Amino acid sequence: MWFFDCPEIIYGADALSHLEELKGERAFIVTDPVLHRLGYTERIAARLAEAGIAVASFTEVEPEPSLQTVRRGAEQMRGFQPDWIIGLGGGSAMDAAKAMWVLYERPDLQPDEISPMVDLNIGKLARLIAIPTTAGTGSEVTWATVLTDLSDGRKLSLGSRETLPTLAIVDPALTAQLPPRVTVDTGLDALTHAVEGYIATFHNDYTDGLCLKAMQLVFTYLPRAFADGSDEEAREHMANAATIAGLGFINSWASLAHAMGHAFGGHFKVPHGRSVSLFLPYTLEYMAQASYESRFGDLAHALRLAVDYTEEAASAAAVIAAIRDLHRQLGQPLTAAEIGIDRDRYEATLTSLCEFAEGDGTFISGMRVPERDDLRRLFLAVYDGGVVDW
Amino acid sequence: MAYLFPSPAWVDAFKDALNASAAYKVSAAHWEGDFYFIVSAKGALQEPVKFYLDLWHGQCRDAYIVEGADDKTPEFEIEGTLDVFRQIFEHQLDPIRALVSRKLKLKGNLGKIMRSVKATLDLVNAAASVDTTYPGE
Repeated sequence: MWFFDCPEIIYGADALSHLEELKGERAFIVTDPVLHRLGYTERIAARLAEAGIAVASFTEVEPEPSLQTVRRGAEQMRGFQPDWIIGLGGGSAMDAAKAMWVLYERPDLQPDEISPMVDLNIGKLARLIAIPTTAGTGSEVTWATVLTDLSDGRKLSLGSRETLPTLAIVDPALTAQLPPRVTVDTGLDALTHAVEGYIATFHNDYTDGLCLKAMQLVFTYLPRAFADGSDEEAREHMANAATIAGLGFINSWASLAHAMGHAFGGHFKVPHGRSVSLFLPYTLEYMAQASYESRFGDLAHALRLAVDYTEEAASAAAVIAAIRDLHRQLGQPLTAAEIGIDRDRYEATLTSLCEFAEGDGTFISGMRVPERDDLRRLFLAVYDGGVVDW
Repeated sequence: MAYLFPSPAWVDAFKDALNASAAYKVSAAHWEGDFYFIVSAKGALQEPVKFYLDLWHGQCRDAYIVEGADDKTPEFEIEGTLDVFRQIFEHQLDPIRALVSRKLKLKGNLGKIMRSVKATLDLVNAAASVDTTYPGE
């Protein structure tokens, strides 16, 4: 038995206009200071004003939001008593909004208690709208929440199916101004969701098609969105790809690239999408040594790669090569060294990186789960582009 | 030799398997926390069976079937049916998914367990390595 969770999704050009039809009294927008300065909060507030809804906002969400920020935002939320909460931004703002929603309705809980085992019973005071301003995290359609504990720098993968947004509003116009590097970082995050969602041991009939479609969209439209940010068609398909990949992986699961990427990104302050996509080709090489039914063949077929799809090893090699080619085409680093991490510092943190990766909720969902020695070798391979053929 | 689950002999064998696991020793090196596992009364099991595990820094320090009153107040309590435990031991059901879907009921901080998923997997692997029979077989 398992579940397929999905909010109502409003997508496409002018999807934001749906806010004007909203029924309610008070909306609390959770976003980051950059988006706020750029006028995004005001854009949303103007739509809500059309619906006669009063607005307050918390605009202090930092990249990789902390437990401490979430507590602060929830406290402000309690002072305003909203009946709608709006997570506006990338994954950080939307994740923070989910956690604040819980603490707003359940002040008796700590953020790290947000788990599927706890009956949250939220949704009585407010409902959540997620509005992505990047095309990557898929957080608008997931119940996953990644927060950072500032006390030890650890990233916490939290979540409860109750924190699934009520509505996801996916308006590609909000991504039109994304800088090229953010476009790539977030777009490759979507790719990692799609590929890992397809090969995770929890893959299923409901998610397979979503993951394959999202992967195709990223390969087709991310280079265009990177080359020309004003390409509306590319932006729209990338917005859809991110949401579809989000649905794919949250109802399957992410895997080893996420576990290692979370550990790496938390330690070295590297953006989430850049981190997880950095690890993707290496973890796929590692996974490909295991028996894989037809998973890699399916991926190769979906990408129309020139390979015999019935040959898993050849298909895996072709898929991994295509992913590396896409990274190169987009100017994305393929090694930790290229990101600028000092080797001595990297090696000094290896044990800690391994421990954090092993403690990540996505660590065990790959068809091959590395023991500590293999994990160290994988981290080392990622440093300077070593081949993973063991 | 096959051990009946749940029984004192099985719990002893599980403790030995856990302490022999090099993988668990590494992945649970920082783990501190004890458990009650409760196999609820259903199907072939007429009465619930509870066993205690004291897990500390990659070692199982103590393990026994709880008969009657027990003075322990473990940090975690995990309860499931015989069928669910069997599916987990036979790798037909992922333990984290069993927790998330509430086939296993947990009292305690899931967040702490989720920070130790590899240790959880190694613990299940140790259980799976015990030659096991089940009531009714």
